[in-house]
Formats: sequence, C-alpha cells, structure tokens
Amino acid sequence: MTLLRRWFWVWLFGLPLLALAIWGIVDNERLFFATTLNGLTLAALYFLVASGFTLVFGLLRNVNLAHGSLYLLGAYVGWVVGEWSDSWLLAVAAGFLFAALMGLLLQIGVFRYMHGEDLRQTMATIALSIIAADIALWIWGGQIYQFDPPRWIIGSTALPIVGKFATYRLVLLAMAIVIGLALWWFLARTRVGMMIRAGVDDRAMLSASGVNVQMVFAITFAIGAGLAGFAGVVGGTALSIAPGEDTRYLLASLVVVIVGGMGSVAGAALGAVLVGLAEQFGLAYAPTYGVVFTFVIMALVLAFRPHGILGRGT
Amino acid sequence: MSAAHWRKAMNFTAPSRNWSGGRATAAPRSATTTAATPSTASILQAWRHIGLRHVFVLAAVLLYPWIVPPFFTYQIGGQALTLGLIALSLTFLAGYGGMLSLAQMTVAGIAGYIVAILGVSGTPDISLGWPWWLVVVLAVMGGTLAATFIGWLSVRTEGIYTIMITLAIGMAFFYLAQQNYAIFNGFQGFQKVVPPVVLDTDWRTPIPFYYLALFWALAGYFFVKYLIRAPFGVALQGVRDNARRMSALGYSPVAHRVAAYAVAGVIASIGGVLLVWYNGLITPGSVGTSWMINILIVAVLGGMRHPIGPFIGAVVFVLLQNFAIDLIDRERFNLVIGLVFLVIVLFSPDGLLGWWDRLRDWARRRMADAGAHVRGRGVRGGEWRSVSVSQARPAGRP
Repeated sequence: MTLLRRWFWVWLFGLPLLALAIWGIVDNERLFFATTLNGLTLAALYFLVASGFTLVFGLLRNVNLAHGSLYLLGAYVGWVVGEWSDSWLLAVAAGFLFAALMGLLLQIGVFRYMHGEDLRQTMATIALSIIAADIALWIWGGQIYQFDPPRWIIGSTALPIVGKFATYRLVLLAMAIVIGLALWWFLARTRVGMMIRAGVDDRAMLSASGVNVQMVFAITFAIGAGLAGFAGVVGGTALSIAPGEDTRYLLASLVVVIVGGMGSVAGAALGAVLVGLAEQFGLAYAPTYGVVFTFVIMALVLAFRPHGILGRGT
Repeated sequence: MSAAHWRKAMNFTAPSRNWSGGRATAAPRSATTTAATPSTASILQAWRHIGLRHVFVLAAVLLYPWIVPPFFTYQIGGQALTLGLIALSLTFLAGYGGMLSLAQMTVAGIAGYIVAILGVSGTPDISLGWPWWLVVVLAVMGGTLAATFIGWLSVRTEGIYTIMITLAIGMAFFYLAQQNYAIFNGFQGFQKVVPPVVLDTDWRTPIPFYYLALFWALAGYFFVKYLIRAPFGVALQGVRDNARRMSALGYSPVAHRVAAYAVAGVIASIGGVLLVWYNGLITPGSVGTSWMINILIVAVLGGMRHPIGPFIGAVVFVLLQNFAIDLIDRERFNLVIGLVFLVIVLFSPDGLLGWWDRLRDWARRRMADAGAHVRGRGVRGGEWRSVSVSQARPAGRP
C-alpha cells in the first residue's frame, strides 16, 4: 500500500472520529475524558488477556479457545490463595502460575498429539473449556467473588479534568504498559524470544537449526496461559469473578486479535485500545448498543484488511 | 472396478463437462453412457439406491409417535429433529464447504427473533402480531439474509479464522440481544411464541409438531443430499479441496462460499422457526455461546461427512440431555456433554458415523480374508481429513 493510500484511509476514518471527539469534548468535557480513561483501562485488561492468546496463536498456529477458561480458573485459584494467605500479590502470582501450569499440561497432554490439525485442536479446546467451566461451577458455585487488594490501591486519585478516578484502574493501566514493554523486551532482546520469533516465521527452519521446538512451544504456551491467569486475578480485582466471565474474555480476545492481527503483540495492543475505547464510548453514549460499535469495528477491519490491522497475510 | 461402478462413475462425472464459466446451468445430460433412454435409466438408478435399511428407517420415523408416549414424541423426537435440522446446515457448510461456522445457531436465533417480534408473543408492546404465514416467510428471508452477511464477512478468511470470526459474530449478537430492550426485549426475550392453529390442528401438540419437524427435517436432508450431487455442490466441494485450482478453472470460490452460507442459512432459519415454536420462547440464552457450541457438538458427534450425521448426533445429544443427568448430578450435564465431545474429537474425528464405518470395515475384514475391498477406510475417511488439510493451509501458501 502506498503512503498516499494509507493516509487516505487514515483521514477517511480519522476525520469523522476527530469531529465526534471534538463534539464530545465541547459537549461534556468531563464525561469524554473519563470515558477515554475508562476505555484505556479496559483496553489494558483486554491486552493482558489477548496478548497471551495472540502469542500462542502466532507460534503454535493453534486457536486456544480455552483461553477464557484459563482466565477464569486463574482468577478462582488466585482468589483461593488470596483468602488463604491474605496477600493479594501472592494471589496474582498464584493465578499466573496455576494458569501457566494448566497451559503446560494442555500443550504436553493434548496439543502435542494434534500437531497441525487445527480443526481438531480447536474443537478439543472447546470441549475442554466446557468441561473447565462446569468444574469451576461445581467447585465455586454461581456466586460472585471479589478480591481484597492492598489498601493503597483501593482508593481514588484526583486527576485534572476527570476528577476522582479509581487508583486501581490507573495501576492496571500501568501494569499493562509494563507487561507490554516486558513482553516486547522478552521477544526482541532475549534468546528465547528470538527463538519464538523465528518459530513464528518458519517453524521447520527453527527446528532444523537445532532448537528444541517442543521446548519453545511449551514455554510460549506457559507464558501465554500464565498471562491469562494473571489477567484473571488482576481483572477480577477491577471487576469481579463469576461464571460466564470466561466467554466474555474469550470474546474480547477474539475480537482484539481479529482487529489487531493474529500473532502480533503490537496488534493486540492496538486492537485492545480500539475495542476498549469503542466499548466504553458505546456504554457512555449509546448504552444498549455498546456491543454494536465493537462489531462494526471488527466488520470494517475484516472488510478492508482481512488479516487484521497489523497482521501479515499468510 | 466393476462395469456397474464404472458406469456410475461416468454418469456422475458426465455433467461436469458441460459447465460453463462457473455458472451451474442445467446442462443437457449426455445420453451416450447407457443404452436405455436417459429418463428411464436415471429413474432406475435412483430407485436402485434405495435399500431395505432406507425403507426401514423411514417407516420407523413415521410410526415412531404412535409407539412411544408423548414425552418421547415431543421432547426427544421433535427436539432432535429440530436441532438436527440446524446442525444439518453446519454439516453442509463444514463437511462440503470446508467452512466451520459457529454462527449457525445465531442465524436460527435471528429467524426465531423475527418470528417473535413480527408475530404474536407474550410481549405485545414489541410484537407486531402479523399473520403467521407472512411472519414465517419473513423470518426465513431475514435469517437467510443474515447468514449471507455473515458469510460475506467470514469468507474473506479461512480455516480457524472462520471459527473465530463466526464465534465473535455470534457472541456479539448474543450481547446485543441481551442488552437491547427496544427490539429484543433484553434479558427476558419473548415468551409464549406458539405455532399457529392451522387446518384445525394445534401444531404445538406432540404428534403434529413431530410430523411438522419430520417433514422439514426430511426436506432438508434430501435437499442437501441432492445439492451435494448437483453442479453447485460438486463445485463447492472442489472449492473446499482446492480453491486455487477451482479459481484457475474459472469458478469463483468466494461466490460459491457465500452461496453456501446462504443455502445453509435457509436450512438454519427453518430450523430456527421450528425451534422457537418448540420452546415456545426465545431468549438471549437460546443464542448464547453454549447453544452455538451445542450445534457444533451435535454436528461433530454424528459425523460431518453425510447429511444423516447431524440427526444421529441430535438424537444422541437429546438423549444425553434427558437421561444422562439421571446417572449423575442433574447440574452436571455440561460436564457429560463436554467429555463426550472430547472423546469424539480425540478418538473419532468422523463422529459416530466414523465408528459405524470402522465397525463395518472390521466386520468385513473378519469375514473376507484378503484385502479385496476397494472401499477401505482411507478412501471413506479421507473426506473429513481433506477438510482439515484445506483449512490448515489457506490458498496461496505452499
């Protein structure tokens, strides 16, 4: 795509959005910026969930539809550990570790035997997510759980224009940025990250150059799953944990990676920002049609860039 | 290959020579393959395929409601036929088109919602109360339109991307129906959506509903059976197996795929109308993720390489739903169905039909000594595998 054409598209969608944004600011400054901030914090949560999803997909070409279940299981286990140890940080660690362990088991126990059979893998993960959701319902019941985060992040912070804003959400935003940067550093600067990127580009070649591909797969899967569990605890603290959250975050990850481009962590960040903003602005300005905005974004992206905004064509 | 096989194969492939430019025109059949006049020959050929088992199954499904109590007629028979019809649309799309769409329940749900919104329901503020025949026609049209749109969106991608996109579309519709009160009546949905009383018959009662569902199930079954042999269906299977080659031959893979979505949309919409009548209500829960996936389970359970598969899968699914819960906790149905699905996915990619084939092959091998059978597993089971292979490699990749 030439530069000129790219700018054409940017202006075609950017100008109306800019006009709407100016109208929003003039109309109600506080609402607009508060919604923006809310959208960004939601995007932070979506990014945490979707980055693991897209990482696993990029390398293993495996759509792990049990990703939402990993989110929910991580959240539940984190809650149990948090109750037992009275420490929120331990709960976060437990959520990460448990989901990572589940991811490892999935990779070693199921996916390794279905290598290259995408359809079977997908259906197996659907079956597993049904089973996991029902087991979670069995153990933890249908009630809603809330975390008990440390005192210093419960309160609110005074911000210019927006006024009081929940500190925890700001922390969430900061956490997502830190994790995004860490992920970037890990992928771009470390040896394992290099192997993962090489695997994304050409799995057979990586294997031929003497790398234990199964090991790289397992590590990637563990990190991706662990991120889901981590997001479970962190997101569960911001909102709450209840049955049904697994499909909600699965949908979020799906839409985010479809919009952003599958297998690209930067795409996941971009997609998360778009979807998070769309959802919050939809909620604030057109309450019952919020989900339509998300859908329209997805449809537009699919219509013009079938592989996502930052996705590479296969 | 015997002479009869050869003649059959010639007959089967003959029309394919006469296609032009990807348009499936009604080409004149070449009359040189058989000595008899084509019409008599084709009629004879058609009847020759009807075996004892076909007659037996047809008699069984026709007599079924007179043998069993009403619960079995309605709850088991009616529901299985309705779910089977919706799953049939998925079997057609996935088995013959290579597109695994999870949004078939969404299409059915859209048709069901149209029935509730335009027709009569327990929410007179929203429902318009139009006559039932108009409502049904509009519902099927609306569902088909929605299916075409979903197809148009998702054919741009292939394989696992299709699953993700259709899943996302279906979930988005679920959340829309749940959040929107002006049109979809939000969380409550619509109650008391009953079939009309036509010809002095209350179609809600078990036996009439069973026959209504049976009629449409048979219609759908034979329609799909016909379509997969028709030029369009053959071209669609060609697109499934190798889109690039079909494209080089002058066919438009995108047009065939979207058309397949539309055809599947008609079937799913009819199933959706029947389902809303069967349940008597429609709520966001009827189009939620679990039901979208249940349709996939039904189709996979039965096996996707023959249109009878979804109906077998639906019977097993409904039986499990009604009776497996008696064996363990009533609440644990999802666990049971999830495990059954996992076992099928892990051990029999062809579903129950695959098991049946394996069993038959095994029995035959036991009886005959040498491998004199042409119809081995490799040939018959290949259809499903070719789906996954063509899905795994989007066109353009080596």
